[in-house]
Amino acid sequence: MFETSELNIKNQRVQRLFKILFLLMTMLLIAPVLLILGTLIVKGGSVISIDFLFTSPTDGMTAGGIFPALLGTVWLVAVALLISVPLGIAAAIYLSEYAGENWFTRIINLAIINLAGVPSIVHALFGVGAFVLFFKFGTSILAASLTLAIMTLPVVIVATRESLQAVPFAFREACWNMGATRWQTIRRVVLPNAVSGILTGVILEVSRTAGETAPIMFTGAVFFTPFLPQGIFDQTMAMSLHLFVVSTQVPGVPENLPYGVALVLIAMVLIMNSLSIAFRIYLRGKKKW
Amino acid sequence: MSGQPMTKTADMAAFDRRNADWYIDKLVQVLVFIGGISAIIFVVGIFAFVTKEGFGFILDRFDFQEFFTSPYWYPADEDAPEYGILALIAGTASVTGLAMLVAIPFSLGTAVYIAEFASGKTRETLKVLVELLAAIPSVVWGFIGLSIMNPLIIELFDVPVGLNVLNAGIILGLMAAPIMTSIAEDALKAVPDRYREAAEAMGATRWQVIYKTVLPAAKNGLLGAVLLGVGRGFGETMAVLMATGHSINMPGSVFDSVRALTATIAAELGETAVGSDHYQVLFTIGIFLFLITFVINLTADLIVRGIRKG
Repeated sequence: MFETSELNIKNQRVQRLFKILFLLMTMLLIAPVLLILGTLIVKGGSVISIDFLFTSPTDGMTAGGIFPALLGTVWLVAVALLISVPLGIAAAIYLSEYAGENWFTRIINLAIINLAGVPSIVHALFGVGAFVLFFKFGTSILAASLTLAIMTLPVVIVATRESLQAVPFAFREACWNMGATRWQTIRRVVLPNAVSGILTGVILEVSRTAGETAPIMFTGAVFFTPFLPQGIFDQTMAMSLHLFVVSTQVPGVPENLPYGVALVLIAMVLIMNSLSIAFRIYLRGKKKW
Repeated sequence: MSGQPMTKTADMAAFDRRNADWYIDKLVQVLVFIGGISAIIFVVGIFAFVTKEGFGFILDRFDFQEFFTSPYWYPADEDAPEYGILALIAGTASVTGLAMLVAIPFSLGTAVYIAEFASGKTRETLKVLVELLAAIPSVVWGFIGLSIMNPLIIELFDVPVGLNVLNAGIILGLMAAPIMTSIAEDALKAVPDRYREAAEAMGATRWQVIYKTVLPAAKNGLLGAVLLGVGRGFGETMAVLMATGHSINMPGSVFDSVRALTATIAAELGETAVGSDHYQVLFTIGIFLFLITFVINLTADLIVRGIRKG
């Protein structure tokens, strides 16, 4: 009865064939990451030194380092986080703890999806129209960071909402039964249990924000400035825009220089991302419920 | 409660819960509500401000037929500027189309492998790698198109320029693939295990289970994944700006250089005077991009939500 029939053998073969096919596809999709990283490391590694990281560009950006761009990116990311993290966490608390399942919540969810889906250049246009011109911030770190914050808001909201919802409902009920208010419950029970998940989302947002180029091009980042930013109303250079500039806009750049810039940028982003992933895996192992 | 009769007011006071904590609770409720509606405010704000800047052009100069059917884009011409975006639409469409040809089979294949074949450590590792692929910033992708793909295409296909539809299409395909993979994987995971068990009990092989049971059940989610990928490709800016060659062309083959809608805004906005026709027409393109992605996202959401209910 359990003899292997011809049909059975054929079916097994088909299955093995498809498994290998899909494995190949997966490999082909993933191979570029490793190839790209390899190339960047080989070609850009020779450029990178302490001097490269901590000096300004010289000779019309064909030599020297990337310090102003590096510092500018830190400014942009920090200010953007100050805006989007509180706002995103508030939004997530509302969606997870207060909102009911109704049309209004659906509209909020739809807005979040759209905020993430609007092209980055349209966010840039919004930044120009709203922050640079209407609110008269000029092209400044503040205008650029606001644009970045709004663009990356969905990252914080989605990550925070997920970690809030992962806290078992019984925890809340237990707390309410002690006579605590909603907010006391959220602050003393829900947030402490979700804080590491929220942090994962914030790290992910840092990585996303640091790599964005289009939204800051016209709102606060400039091709070159001899000054380091002193406050949020200054213009600044940024790593992502600097890579665009040295690879397309400046003639006579030595071949390996853009690779060095790209390597530093991608290292920043991937280190942040890996941190976030490692943190998430660690948390999953530690979970008590 | 100590047995003594209480006056009515004291009774009320004892049960009045409006202490400091009560007020804080209400205050927080208002604050998080503001956070909650902020996403709506921003989406409406984006539409309002982009429209505000582009509105003058739509009122005074906008010619529907010229705008959408003329391939001539000479917005900087002083005497007779022309504002036809057909060539730009063709550029965006050709690059996105090729990107989808690359991304759809690869991301669906990867999703099936991760969700149905791989297990344990392999699955986790693959998911992490896909996530890292998604983390590479678009300007870095553009740089890769410019410095790695460009010479490669020139050498392989013996063409004069390597910055073309093929280059940008492959780059964009790789960029769109991770998000499509993860949404498609979610859709496959959402198929209840009892479907698989039932099929396996009938003697189906793993592949037959996937092909005959899982894929049809996850159809809508997969479609949603593809749509979101299209939206991503459509709106991508920096990579497309750097890898397409950025020259206005109605593409005839994959080796033609083209120019995309998004890239045009990115390249030209810096050179225009605020309030000029050229400046306003770029915002008009922005409105067009916003509306298209809005429709794509809305459709994808409706489709994906459809399966959750069903």
